[in-house]
Amino acid sequence: MGFVSRGFHGRRRDEGPEGRVPPGQYLTDGFPVLSAGPTPHTRLDEWTFTVEGGAEQARWTWDEFRALPSEDVTVDIHCVTRWSKLDTDWQGVSVDTLLDGVEHEAAYALAFCDGGYTTNVPIEDLTGGKAWVAYGYDGEPLDPEHGGPARLLVPHLYFWKSAKWVRGLQLLDDDEPGFWETNGYHLYGDPWREQRYWGD
Amino acid sequence: MTTGWLAAEAVEVRRETPRVRTIVLDVPGWPGHRAGQHLDVRLTAEDGYQAQRSYSIASAPGERPDITVEELDDGEVSPYLAEELRPGDRIEVRGPIGGWFVWGPEDGGPLLLVAGGSGVVPLMAMARHRAASGSAVPTRLLLSSRTWEDAIYRDELADLTGRGDGFEVVHTLTREQPDGWSGYARRVDDELLREVAWPAHAGARAYVCGPTSFVESVSRGLVDLGYEPGKVKTERFGPTGG
Amino acid sequence: MTMTSQTADMRLDGNAIGGLLLGVFGVEMTGAMATCGSCGMRGALAEAEVYVQCPGTVARCPACGSVLLRVVESTERTWLSLEGIRTLELPIATER
Repeated sequence: MGFVSRGFHGRRRDEGPEGRVPPGQYLTDGFPVLSAGPTPHTRLDEWTFTVEGGAEQARWTWDEFRALPSEDVTVDIHCVTRWSKLDTDWQGVSVDTLLDGVEHEAAYALAFCDGGYTTNVPIEDLTGGKAWVAYGYDGEPLDPEHGGPARLLVPHLYFWKSAKWVRGLQLLDDDEPGFWETNGYHLYGDPWREQRYWGD
Repeated sequence: MTTGWLAAEAVEVRRETPRVRTIVLDVPGWPGHRAGQHLDVRLTAEDGYQAQRSYSIASAPGERPDITVEELDDGEVSPYLAEELRPGDRIEVRGPIGGWFVWGPEDGGPLLLVAGGSGVVPLMAMARHRAASGSAVPTRLLLSSRTWEDAIYRDELADLTGRGDGFEVVHTLTREQPDGWSGYARRVDDELLREVAWPAHAGARAYVCGPTSFVESVSRGLVDLGYEPGKVKTERFGPTGG
Repeated sequence: MTMTSQTADMRLDGNAIGGLLLGVFGVEMTGAMATCGSCGMRGALAEAEVYVQCPGTVARCPACGSVLLRVVESTERTWLSLEGIRTLELPIATER
């Protein structure tokens, strides 16, 4: 290629402390809002979270969901568009809690959301303390622009897997690619192996 | 029409306002463009990092593809183009792009051009094209700017008005007005549109360009005034410094 | 942390993907007329509601909000889904 524009450097890219930031990522101060569509505004008295595909459907209303045991977690998040944000504080219900008591033999899940977005995650990556349905960020209710009232939070995978406006999980025997996974983004999405696109 | 990237050299830079600069580009192989079209700019840093943005072409068809760039506070490309780039520097461009948001005298009028800030750039290409082709299509350009100093192309627009060929400019200054200002001093709202826009029965063509919220509010307002939706064309620039 | 509402202004239109589509198809596409597979509305791609960097790019029908097309670009490949468009209508390419 060899074409260089003299004096162009791009934004100052802070690659962060060693070992904290995956390859190809840089730190951001802000919290970029990325959305594939208009922000849904589901009323809390209409909101439910459902786990389908088990022996029986499990369903919580907002009040029931908020009555579940929840956790404060501090995690690093990594977006496939190359920004990373360290030490973000969330409040949410562990997916372990939601799947506890659901009888199933599924190996995969497809998260589904208001607005139609879906994303697939192996059950193994949603359990063992690795994932939450988060309703709070930084001590405040999660802003609609950032996925409120609740979003999936799976920080060890690229952030497109942390589906905004999540309304449930469909448990599946086979991995079923979601909205972006059917269109070029990696089926699994491990930032430490830079699994951004098909074939990575 | 070209689908690949072409090497472009900045041959001149011209300050329009404190935050806005026009870059005159020499692009060997440029296939020509229509008024309203844009081009993509690609910059490559020495470490291989690339960034790409779209900019409307400010110049009339037949001229070199000049672009007018507003420096955005948090921008990555615009500060480079609006401040750092010097004559002799090279960038890559792709285009021309866009066949919908275009106008030529053959499209007729009356013509209503409504611009929010740097949304005036593609509309200026239309105004320049109109003047260069000797067209007398009745045209009104409504330009919303924060202050008089921020009103892009204001001198040239005054010159175009002075030609007496049916071109009118209406400014509104939303944040601050010079002493003695008797013009509009607020954001474009339905009432302002009603006073400035051609009446619906004139069957005017409208082009609206600027930040998304501006474009949607204005285009909705025009349709509410009775403009045919198919004759109101829009181009959204995304958020700009406001 | 205050999170100001930027989402409305982050929405663009089909003009914003003109370059991308030109690169993929080799012809100007913003003027192509697309029929929405969901609601049947027909309009220029230029008028689609476009969301960029989300992390890919999505164009939605301005009438019903259904996804018309999705695009993802890596440095080497482009993935494009047009499944939301029932029909695309383009003029025969002419030199201008």
